[in-house]
Amino acid sequence: MSTQLTTPTNRQAAEALARSKGEPNWLVELRGESADLAGTLGWPKPEKVRIERWNLTAVGSYEQPTAVSGINELPEVVRELITEGTENLLVQRNSGIVWNQFSSDYASKGVIFTDLETACKEHGDLVQKYLFQAVAKDEDKLTALQAALWNGGVFIYVPKNVEVELPLQAIFYNDQAEATFAPHILIVADSNSRVTYVDCVVSEPGAASAPFVHPSIVEVFVKPGAHVRFSSIHHIGETGVDMSIRRSVIENDGRMEWIIGDLNDGNTLSDTKSILKGTGSTSDAKVISVGKNAQQNSLTTQAVHFGKSSDSNMVTRAVMKDSASAIINGITKIEKGATKANGVQTEKVLMLSPKARGDANPILLIDEDDVTAGHAASVGQVNPEQVYYLMSRGISKQDAERLIIYGFLAPVVSEIPVEAVRGQLQRLLERKLEG
Amino acid sequence: MATHFVIEGLKAAIEGKEILKGINLEIKGGEIHAIMGPNGTGKSTLASALMGHPKYEVTEGTALLDGEDILEMGVDERALAGLFLAMQYPSEIPGVTNSDFLRSALNARLGEGNEISLIKFIRKMESKMKELEMNPEFAHRYLNEGFSGGEKKRNEILQMMLLDPKIVVLDEIDSGLDIDALRIVSQGVNAMRSEDRGFLIITHYQRLLNYITPDFVHVMMQGRIVKSGGPELAERLENEGYDWVKEELGIVDETVGQA
Repeated sequence: MSTQLTTPTNRQAAEALARSKGEPNWLVELRGESADLAGTLGWPKPEKVRIERWNLTAVGSYEQPTAVSGINELPEVVRELITEGTENLLVQRNSGIVWNQFSSDYASKGVIFTDLETACKEHGDLVQKYLFQAVAKDEDKLTALQAALWNGGVFIYVPKNVEVELPLQAIFYNDQAEATFAPHILIVADSNSRVTYVDCVVSEPGAASAPFVHPSIVEVFVKPGAHVRFSSIHHIGETGVDMSIRRSVIENDGRMEWIIGDLNDGNTLSDTKSILKGTGSTSDAKVISVGKNAQQNSLTTQAVHFGKSSDSNMVTRAVMKDSASAIINGITKIEKGATKANGVQTEKVLMLSPKARGDANPILLIDEDDVTAGHAASVGQVNPEQVYYLMSRGISKQDAERLIIYGFLAPVVSEIPVEAVRGQLQRLLERKLEG
Repeated sequence: MATHFVIEGLKAAIEGKEILKGINLEIKGGEIHAIMGPNGTGKSTLASALMGHPKYEVTEGTALLDGEDILEMGVDERALAGLFLAMQYPSEIPGVTNSDFLRSALNARLGEGNEISLIKFIRKMESKMKELEMNPEFAHRYLNEGFSGGEKKRNEILQMMLLDPKIVVLDEIDSGLDIDALRIVSQGVNAMRSEDRGFLIITHYQRLLNYITPDFVHVMMQGRIVKSGGPELAERLENEGYDWVKEELGIVDETVGQA
């Protein structure tokens, strides 16, 4: 069947799988409809990157997860990512959750931190209200496919006025390319609450050596006055394709902070969007990326302003080695009526080889007069004058370039508020830059 | 062993155009040499060629520092051999803090296994910054980024003090400095005078030499040293300009490599 080649699922298969996992009817239905949609919709079409040439259909098949009885049973690639002493940790291996730990202190305050599959069963009404409401299942083939296939994942609910001080952490890892690996993350921060969530997506080198796809969706709902910090580092091996769609809906005086580290070794589509719905809502997005070999990266940040006096800031910095390419899109959209809104964006690419390619496309779409907006973009190579200056102080060429590259990324790395994440990012950055 | 730096027959070109037409100069530890001359006579090219700026091609000659030809070395090796150039236009390097940079440079100088501890380094850096009347905040600022002209020059001198070089070349260190900064920078240089260290001061104006007294003064024209003397030569140049030198030597156009 030719449809099987372009759409690796269908209604019957999706529904049968959902039923076999004991999912509620509304979810079974959602998956069935989505599978149908996936058969008819087209892939997303990012600027200047032909993702249809990527291996997008290697979504594999569901693999029943086996829980581990302790963190020490997890592989090294996962253990090194675990924040020391954490009490709030979810680990997904391939198609499902294998470790779930949550502090009873937070649970007693009504905070929910569990995998999304479990949440659909135990908190169905709450989840149903939000799931696929920030990202619609029928936007394109990717969202439809993800809706049909998603597994494991995370659900966070923080009740009104509750502050979760310690970061909630999740790690998603793939050690079997044939298994469907499609986490969906749903975060709901109720009025005046506060939460920090950090995750990492990795694959076991060697074990996941066949082509696979990681279609993932993040939806964050920031209720009035709430503050959500979201940080995500992706470090998937070169046979993996990462397709990650992130979206946040921010209400009055809410604040959303994104920190994204796209450090995969394979092709990457990363799209992070804040919808500033409420008056006084604010959003800050920081993205860094390092590309090597022939890797292609499509990195998009977006801010859509509906709310009056809403404020957005987006910064993307990418370093491209070898013949890697990064197409960086920044889209600031200010809707009519969003008076006194302010949107600022910066995209910069540093190319370390003559074959590397970088493209920065700042786009401002403004339908309101009473606003401020700004953008800056640059694409360039390591400046030989800078290398000369550092070398003239006895620093070797290699170290000089290293300092310049880290300096280029520093404005993003140094502002990461969670120390553990900053450390992880630095370590992975080093590995990727020097590897 | 006392420092000994000998430049012999140095010729250098930029983009195929010869600028230095055979420079000969000998600097011993403890000596201060000044090179003066109008604009466009090759003074800064001499500094850049010695340090190994990628745009300049050395076509002939040697520059022996304690017997080793630095012109055969990479830029970093020249620095490690003991050459220091305080630049006229230091680069700005965003994202790299001044203190991280200084520590990397100092550790490169000290060599693997002899790295300075962080505490010792900070103490050392802070005391030198104090001598130069630099705001301590400059340690945490990105290297030269947003520094004023005078702040950049002080930062160059700070590096010189930390790196303890054998031969110091100061390229127009006085340009863009107000009197206060000039005094501080000169004090920094004078504090570094020692029997093991030689200085080559490239300057346009005599005023710097009121603060730092040279042992030898050289005049550069047409890519060569055309006249040498003692401090009195600088004074005469300040009072009478360069025309008498040109007349004496029969030079009509003193510049070199100008379009």
